[in-house]
Amino acid sequence: MLPVGDPSSTLCPAVIVTDLVKQFGRFAALRGVTAEFAPGRLYAILGDNGAGKTTLLRALAGLTPPTRGIISMLGTTDLRSVCGQVGYMAHPSLLYDEMSGMENLGYFARLYDVSNKDQRCAEVIGAVKLDPSLTRPVGQYSQGMRQRMSLARALLNDPKILLLDEPFSNVDLRSAREMVSLLTGLRDAGKTIFVVTHQASLLEGAADEFVWMESGQIVSRSSDLAARLETP
Amino acid sequence: MSTVPSLTRATLAKDLRLEWRSKDAINSMLFFSLLVVVIFSFSFDPTAEESRRIVGGLVWVAFLFAAVVALNQTWAREIRNQVLDAYRVSPAPANALFLAKVLGNFIFVTVLQALMTPLFIVFYNLRALGPAYQLPIVAALGTWALVVNGTFFAAMSLRTRSREIMLPLLLFPISIPALLAMVEATGAILTGEFSAKFWIVLLAAYDVVFTIASLFLFGFVLQAE
Repeated sequence: MLPVGDPSSTLCPAVIVTDLVKQFGRFAALRGVTAEFAPGRLYAILGDNGAGKTTLLRALAGLTPPTRGIISMLGTTDLRSVCGQVGYMAHPSLLYDEMSGMENLGYFARLYDVSNKDQRCAEVIGAVKLDPSLTRPVGQYSQGMRQRMSLARALLNDPKILLLDEPFSNVDLRSAREMVSLLTGLRDAGKTIFVVTHQASLLEGAADEFVWMESGQIVSRSSDLAARLETP
Repeated sequence: MSTVPSLTRATLAKDLRLEWRSKDAINSMLFFSLLVVVIFSFSFDPTAEESRRIVGGLVWVAFLFAAVVALNQTWAREIRNQVLDAYRVSPAPANALFLAKVLGNFIFVTVLQALMTPLFIVFYNLRALGPAYQLPIVAALGTWALVVNGTFFAAMSLRTRSREIMLPLLLFPISIPALLAMVEATGAILTGEFSAKFWIVLLAAYDVVFTIASLFLFGFVLQAE
């Protein structure tokens, strides 16, 4: 049986992937992933290292063109045409170390043609519980602060779809819980969120669905984290 | 909607700010060019007339090697923290990034030339016997030729394992016609023995062709894995 989204959902899926294959030389990182993801839901993508989680996220972001298969986002297969409505946070910070948080976000706001950019930058920096008036360069931030600033960058364009790769790594527990609370708020505001993480327990009670990947395939989907964890 | 010129300006301003704070490219270029001037001036002791004949080649080879240092730095700061991916996922056009990088490198190499030219004049006892007003034209066209190709091939070699070696391997052969035109035009102006016009026109044509080709192809290079 193909792993598909919530059948009770009558909404048009935000993301549809069909027979997605990604080969790196002889190694297949994704092996025929087919799935639908409904809008306004928070998906936790789980799996061991090398399961294909990051490759799937990069393919959705348009950074890794698939070897085979189709990705449809927000009703189109032309991912470039909807990239302004997608926010992407990678494992590295995607920020310039020599510039302050506001300077970094100010530059990226120009790329997304964000109106009232100073106000918007301050708003998202505040949303991740950092101080917009902090003038020191991002390179001098702690790892946790950098992660939060990276999340702020992903939120800058008020995206409909948010792709987050390991947002809680190197973040202390309190900050991670604050990030989860921010994400649930965004989900409740109608955004579709994908979170690749190894810290699944943080998303228990927050994620609508846990998507398990193994060897480049989606092997299970469940709204209950414990259900899968109990399976040998 | 942000246009290519406004995004080019924003990216150029960002690059100048980064360079102002780190001074990575300009320091390496200056140090390298200074070494070339000093070592060559000790290696041979030419008369003023001989200097006029050889210095065109010397100057441009020094600037070409120094430019490679800047070109590697330009993209190196984009792959640190994978910031280039943030640009790739944004709706900003690839051309704005390319133009900003070319203009940034053009400014860096021009600053280097402005600082190094007095040293070349002093060390090699130079005085133009031909139309000296053509020298800035040759410098501008020659520098543009170096940085357009250099920026493009530096981006191409970005994801290769030994990009510092790959860039000169790609850049130098394709720059030979431009380098020849720069050297001949500079020599012609300094010696006053023949007109530099043919070489200036050749250089301008080279710039137009390679700028258009690079702008056309850069989108593919940026989105390639």
